[in-house]
Amino acid sequence: MRIKVDPELCQGHNRCCALAPELFDVDDYGMSHALNDGNVPKELEEKANLAIANCPEFAIVNLDEGGEK
Amino acid sequence: MPKTPPVNDWATDYDIFDAGYVKDPVSVWNELRGKCPIAHTERWGGSWLPTRYEDLQAFVRMVPALSSKEPLVVPGAVIEDPERDEYGLGAPPITSDPPEQIPMRRMILPFFTPKATAEHRPFTEALCHQLIDEFIDKGACDAAVQYAQQIPPRVIAHIIGVDPNRAGEFVEWVQGVLEIGLADPETRTKYRRIIRNFFGDLVQQRRAKPTGDLISILLEQELNGEPVTDEIVVGMCNLLLIAGIDTTWSSIGSALWHFSTHPEDRRRLANEPELYPTAIEELLRYYSPVTMARIATEDIEVGDVTFREGDKVLMNFPAANHDPDAFERADEVVLDRQKNRHIAFGVGIHRCAGSNLARMEMDVALRIWFERIPEFELTDESAVTWAGGQVRGPRSLPVSFPT
Repeated sequence: MRIKVDPELCQGHNRCCALAPELFDVDDYGMSHALNDGNVPKELEEKANLAIANCPEFAIVNLDEGGEK
Repeated sequence: MPKTPPVNDWATDYDIFDAGYVKDPVSVWNELRGKCPIAHTERWGGSWLPTRYEDLQAFVRMVPALSSKEPLVVPGAVIEDPERDEYGLGAPPITSDPPEQIPMRRMILPFFTPKATAEHRPFTEALCHQLIDEFIDKGACDAAVQYAQQIPPRVIAHIIGVDPNRAGEFVEWVQGVLEIGLADPETRTKYRRIIRNFFGDLVQQRRAKPTGDLISILLEQELNGEPVTDEIVVGMCNLLLIAGIDTTWSSIGSALWHFSTHPEDRRRLANEPELYPTAIEELLRYYSPVTMARIATEDIEVGDVTFREGDKVLMNFPAANHDPDAFERADEVVLDRQKNRHIAFGVGIHRCAGSNLARMEMDVALRIWFERIPEFELTDESAVTWAGGQVRGPRSLPVSFPT
């Protein structure tokens, strides 16, 4: 599984980092990006899906599911 | 809350200050969502009230067709004040639209990242303990007045770098703007000027002699290549004070109201502290305090209705958070809710800049309360009072507990 935080959509709610600190981090303005080039280890896929489902901006894309490459 | 004539038809004549609505808005939203779903009223200067999650997600993105220049429903009073008029009465960036909004927002965001707000956690923890020390031996307290209300003004004072002992004044000022002042423009203007003059003096002092505090740091910054003006910094301080007090206090108060009236949930959180993260998001969803207004800068057709230029549209985030199309079991508090895409802090470019701070305060306030007072209940249902309109939360909450 590979994910991406769309920087045009992220508004810094920080829900993804709180839910999955292994997968996301924020910059000096609180805006999120995916760690490890967006690669999600198998055991963290559930957490990645939870982060996707909790983002109020619909900003996290699952690149394996038809998101832009 | 102001006295209001009774509402017969919520779809065409709603009243956000109606006492029944302030106490229980959920049933009204559910009725409206099924039939309008965007209600209209001529009351309080006229406004529109959307109720669906999908609509709110769309409306926040209509920028600047739906402008943030007037976030309060009832228009403010215009009073000449030659002495300080150069500072205006704005609260940037919440009262700004792009492109000006973007760099102003970037000035304040670094102070409110998760890491930056975590630095204020020890102060907040010590404060919560001190507050509880005052009443724990008595076996009873007003959890809204003696606890929830006391936390945010002191934390904000601590962050801005002003005397936390002035918290009582800050509460009065903010209530003057956001509670009494919501429906009473002259009171609002009176308190807005008190706040503006307070920060006007402080900004002038820091301009003359920087101390390294938040105001001094803001004053050193540039906006679009020019040094930031005193007016902008005074406006930002106004925002930090107004937006950071009533709102968070309402959320902490609503959470304590919930647990004082729902013993199963109270016992569950006391026994399963791993639930705090999801429980806090769920309480934010269910008891979302804040409804901001936008003003249409052009005619906008939305389904069957047209917002006319100059119409106010309420960003009814609390109702969106109860929409059954967006949330399973929307009208139940589910402490371990996993999927919770709530928009209690708004959504889009005006997402509450202080959301990480508010979450930290709620987390600390609830954990320390539960650690010290795991068993408590509401003493007198009839003594509970709610404030509402654009910021909803309990203002009196008498509880008792074993000593």
